Amino acid sequence: MNTLVTKNGESFLVSEIPFVPYQEFTGTVLALLHDYNNHVVHYISLKSTSGILPIVICIANDATAEIHVVGFEYDTTTLRSIESITLHNAALHIFERDLWERHGIAYQNHPWLKPVRFPKNSSHGQTIDDYAFFRIEGGEIHEVGVGPIHAGVIEPGHFRFQCVGEEVVHLEIKLGYQHRGVEGEFVKARNDVQRSVIAESIAGDTSIGNAWAHAMCMEGLRGITPDHSTQADRTIALELERIAIHMGDLSALNTDVAYQLGSAVFGTLRTPLINYFQHWCGNRFGKGLIRPGYNRFELTTALQNRLSEMLDDINKQYTAMAEKMFNSPSVVNRFEGVGAVPENVARKIGVVGMPARTAGILRDVRISHPFGVYGKAPYPAILLHTGDVLARAKLRRLEIDASMDYMQGLLADPRSAYEARPTVKKMPPRSMVISMVEAWRGELAHIVLTDEVGEIEMVRVKDPSMHNWFALAQALRNTPISDFPINNKSFDLSYCGHDL
Amino acid sequence: MIESIKILRRQGKQTIPDVTNVTLPGVFRGIPIIQDKPCADGCSACIEQCPTDAILLDVNGRISIDMGKCVFCGECAEVCPSDKISFSKNHLNATTTRKNLVIAQGMPAEVKFDADAIRKEIQTVFHKSLKLRQVSAAGCNACELELNACGNANFDMGRFGIEFVASPRHADGIVITGPISTNMSAAMQICHEAVPHPKIIVLTGACAISGGIFEKSEVLQRQYVEEVGVDLYVPGCPPHPLTFINGILQLIRKRN
Repeated sequence: MNTLVTKNGESFLVSEIPFVPYQEFTGTVLALLHDYNNHVVHYISLKSTSGILPIVICIANDATAEIHVVGFEYDTTTLRSIESITLHNAALHIFERDLWERHGIAYQNHPWLKPVRFPKNSSHGQTIDDYAFFRIEGGEIHEVGVGPIHAGVIEPGHFRFQCVGEEVVHLEIKLGYQHRGVEGEFVKARNDVQRSVIAESIAGDTSIGNAWAHAMCMEGLRGITPDHSTQADRTIALELERIAIHMGDLSALNTDVAYQLGSAVFGTLRTPLINYFQHWCGNRFGKGLIRPGYNRFELTTALQNRLSEMLDDINKQYTAMAEKMFNSPSVVNRFEGVGAVPENVARKIGVVGMPARTAGILRDVRISHPFGVYGKAPYPAILLHTGDVLARAKLRRLEIDASMDYMQGLLADPRSAYEARPTVKKMPPRSMVISMVEAWRGELAHIVLTDEVGEIEMVRVKDPSMHNWFALAQALRNTPISDFPINNKSFDLSYCGHDL
Repeated sequence: MIESIKILRRQGKQTIPDVTNVTLPGVFRGIPIIQDKPCADGCSACIEQCPTDAILLDVNGRISIDMGKCVFCGECAEVCPSDKISFSKNHLNATTTRKNLVIAQGMPAEVKFDADAIRKEIQTVFHKSLKLRQVSAAGCNACELELNACGNANFDMGRFGIEFVASPRHADGIVITGPISTNMSAAMQICHEAVPHPKIIVLTGACAISGGIFEKSEVLQRQYVEEVGVDLYVPGCPPHPLTFINGILQLIRKRN
């Protein structure tokens, strides 16, 4: 098979990517995706020259830790129609929509060619108010619209339900309200600090994950390998971010089913976790910690001891509360069997992260494409099978347990002080790098490309929510509309990560 | 039942008793301090380093930091060769007037809170109870999480009668986060207009106040917040819950 093979965080020349005729491209993509070990990481357009738009797909193999890259060229002056691949593999639906929105690629037979985020200068020219929702007609059908502003203090998005009585037949999710032009801002930025702050603001709840994914790209292009302690500290920060958010989500899930004790206790247990980031780097979300090539704040012996003691203390309180929660019939009964996304559906739509691991699919970049110290210190595989709200809650519990143990293990390892910060090296021209980080929601992927003089030409970002919003829509099928809140919370997807 | 009581006992009392008098732990970066001394010859390291162009240099060679743009990353202090910039731990930086967010060289680590700038009806109507509707207009979720935290068992903003409510019809004002994307600007405006009079507007976070790191983005639509009167600015990236709570308490406090 004619593809370029690369690895997580390794840079390569754009000229090494094979560009093949579209028919061959389709064949390659479908053949690769036929293997369950492969999944789509990103499907993007590069910079067009005189009307010829290079489009490349990145497909990761979870068994070999390889990433396949292959492309085709599309003539944007003629906008010749091409056959959509979505009909044969639904995992590509959102990426084809995105390519159509950006460039007007005329996909034939795409089942759902609708806007993604309503950017400026889109090919369709639609504004966010123009969106045509799918509608089911019939005497028994009624429609419910929610958003963009929701009841709680959360980000905006619109949910449109087609219901028969209390039951949801179809949910359509319209996003784009959060579009800030993140990818363009990366290119306009003048230095590493500015780009890092943008990365930390892609999704504030995933500051560490995005800052690391961006740093990994820059390090790959510059040929820098950060020392072990730097990598270990980033790993600890990523796991700390994971358990802090999971703790908050467990609290919110309890709030949604009116279990006050769980809501309050998990809520207060989150506080010391995010306060720890403030101790470490001065920001409760870890903003300002990770920069390309280095971390600004070293985890000193005093900080390590403090973290270890804090985790021990939290562990006791957390374990008692988690035991209680998962043994409370009033809680379990509300979660069990609700909003199931079974394995066959999850595979079909190409979900990543938590919704994959709760449906029996081991999709975890920490294990399959290790970065940081995950290669040397493996993170345990955690897999559940029922794919319902209960599984998504349980997975959080198991990951909190596993991450606390994992962090204690890293803290117990002997370590040396940070090496001196590396000098900023020039980046090679016309190069590309793909980085993947398993943040708490799932797989983040950043791609950075350089131009002919080695300056940043393009930055592309994929939040796991890009794959997973459709899973929420699937979870709501034939589910009472009153269960929407617990479903939505159990996925806790990113609006701003999707809208960029 | 017994287990629940055990869990509660172990939790103990979590609430911060006096939210107005707290020293934040760790390396918290609050209001910056710029020492009143000349910069190194021709040096503009801090200005080049600042990700949000929050540092200004006047004709006399004196610098100032605009907290309405600052993300409190502390990179400027790190690159300054003369150790002229530092960050105090003072988190009480919310204020009523936009220009008060600018910290000039030689100023103490305090923010002027113009009581005269507060409309009279705010203290008479809202000093015992204030219901707020939050609108995230392209906020990254950090500000939103901190605003949620204001109501948790630790910070417990509800004890002052301050709460977030679901409907703008039940609210006394709106709290905006995010740089205000074009796609969200109309919904935000409709929401504000739906709040009955008298009402307040609070801008929370660098993005809402100035556009922050996204200031130069072409897909923002900030005209409405630039033109409508703002009652409180709460700087930060994101602001600490105690910054928000204290700012609001200052705003609605009964004055003679």
